[in-house]
Amino acid sequence: MLEILLDATVRAGTPILFATLGAIINERAGIINLGIEGLMLIGALAGFAGTQASGSLLIGVMAAFVAAFLAGSIHGFITVQLRGNQIVSGLALTMFGIGITALFGRSMVGLTIEGFERVPIPGLSSLPVIGRAFFNQDLLIYFSFVLVVAIALFLYRTRWGLALRTVGENPAAADTCGVSVTLTRFLAVAIGSGIVGIGGAYLSLATTPMWIENMTAGRGWIAVALVIFASWSSYRALAGAYLFGGITAMQLRFQAMGTTVSVHILQMMPYFFTILVLVISTIRLQKGASQQPENLGQPYDREDRK
Amino acid sequence: MKLVTEKRGITSKLFRITAPIISILVALFVAGFLLLAADVNPLQAYLEIFQESLGSAYGLSETLVKTTPLIFTSLAVSLAFRMQIWNIGAEGQLYMGACGATAVALFSGIESHGVMITAMFLAAFLCGGLWAGVAGVLRARWQVNEVIVTLLMNYIAILGVDYLVYGPWKDPKGFNFPLTAQFSDVARLSEFFDTRFHSGFFLALFFALLMYLFMERTVWGYEIKVIGSNPKAARYAGMRTGLAIFAVLFLSGAIAGVAGFSEVAGLQHRLQHGISPGYGYTAIIIAWLAKRSAIGVVIVSFLMGVLLVGGDSLQLSWQLPVAFVYAFQGLILFFLLASDFFIHNRLRLAGRERHA
Repeated sequence: MLEILLDATVRAGTPILFATLGAIINERAGIINLGIEGLMLIGALAGFAGTQASGSLLIGVMAAFVAAFLAGSIHGFITVQLRGNQIVSGLALTMFGIGITALFGRSMVGLTIEGFERVPIPGLSSLPVIGRAFFNQDLLIYFSFVLVVAIALFLYRTRWGLALRTVGENPAAADTCGVSVTLTRFLAVAIGSGIVGIGGAYLSLATTPMWIENMTAGRGWIAVALVIFASWSSYRALAGAYLFGGITAMQLRFQAMGTTVSVHILQMMPYFFTILVLVISTIRLQKGASQQPENLGQPYDREDRK
Repeated sequence: MKLVTEKRGITSKLFRITAPIISILVALFVAGFLLLAADVNPLQAYLEIFQESLGSAYGLSETLVKTTPLIFTSLAVSLAFRMQIWNIGAEGQLYMGACGATAVALFSGIESHGVMITAMFLAAFLCGGLWAGVAGVLRARWQVNEVIVTLLMNYIAILGVDYLVYGPWKDPKGFNFPLTAQFSDVARLSEFFDTRFHSGFFLALFFALLMYLFMERTVWGYEIKVIGSNPKAARYAGMRTGLAIFAVLFLSGAIAGVAGFSEVAGLQHRLQHGISPGYGYTAIIIAWLAKRSAIGVVIVSFLMGVLLVGGDSLQLSWQLPVAFVYAFQGLILFFLLASDFFIHNRLRLAGRERHA
């Protein structure tokens, strides 16, 4: 029972995990991205269409990354080069994503593909309780584990990671050191968006191997809230994503058991808990030293440098 | 030779006024390519949008029907914008308002038309206000991000209405459809000219006027603008910013709630699944396009009404998904943001010799 629940937790948490990681890369560079929901949809559709056309899941995942990378570039260009309002641009990206996937997804409705299958890791997959959840999963889930560690190493152990964090904390200082604030921020938005796209692709390639209009159902917004819960750290993003995976898994379990509680009330739970977690983590952030990038949401203009 | 940007000494007034119009036109142009890619002839589609929404008395009445909730929700969003508060939850507040109005209509047993309508209005006002007020308290007390809270509460509100219309409020004679029983005649706003056009529209115009007077002619409106543009100065001047944040979000939600009242009392005459096709989200674009001015809101709401009615018709004739309108709205916002840049900056060809 616990084994199955844990397995469902990881599977439900993975799309949110990718999305949260992508959002963290955006925000670490100082750019708020409220387009996550739209980017996930774009990734989901591009991933499905890519796989459908080529028969290869790898090409699907790459298509999802590229499509979300390009869509995220619009947000990057507007907020970084043109110093436009980040909140409005992000909302525009979400609307654009919902609309354009509805339009181009018409021809994909009802088609099917062979989705990701479980690849057990010999030995580890037969471990009690955690074996099934963590070592008998599909390749994208293994990739998400790698990504969590890779992003942490990148941010804290590489030159580029340092540059990325600096443009988020103190762009003027980065500029003085010869780091291109514009290029670094733009790339962070575009690459981060691409990773969000993979999260969307997980929905259409693994969770339910098909395309459904608006299939993300608010997961992108949950990811936006989780960034704050995760205090912009990839390890904590993993914890946050699985927390929500767990709530979703339990809600589905309740539904399957045929409880008398209304489906609609059960479906409210993830949103309700996200707000609760957001409130708690915001209060905690204010009490301790804030991990929030110093210049989050602030456009950088060299001419305004003090 | 190289293209560089530089700040304009003074902002271009002509460009500032024409920017929203240019943005819409460029968005239409780009959306045309999207339509082409989806095998739809854009010229025919655009012609159809205007014919369906403005080409007949019926079309015009339908456009005004859609303009009505857009005015309410956009006023709600722009009131909060004025204080740099982001109310992305007008959609959910509309649903809660509709819920409150419906509860009064179905269960109060009031028999006088005037009393019934007033009670429904107040219930919607209060429900919408309290729903947004939650985000207001969280933001004022603990600086919790109101964008995320108001947005996530949309999902909860919509699921809440679903719970009611699929469950306890479901019309027993409704053939199991997710809707409540029809309101009695005392709980309905008057309709005109044998169309669905109802007096909610005039209430919306009245609210726009109130908003204009409130923002431009009262001390409170002035305080909201000061807190929005310079919260530090506002605190030094002794303004209670925390209370103001709560009050503005409450009022904002209450106005969006009235949109819900107008929809159920004027149009649907019952509560049902999916009462709003995203008016609360479209409102964000309208508020931004209208630069938060109440008169601007009315004009842009009408334009978006045209687009929504046209979009509905395209759905029938070209099997275009309704959500396509969102793609178009997203594009308008992108171009509007880009045009904001060119109000303050201009492009210039820089020759090499200048750098020497």
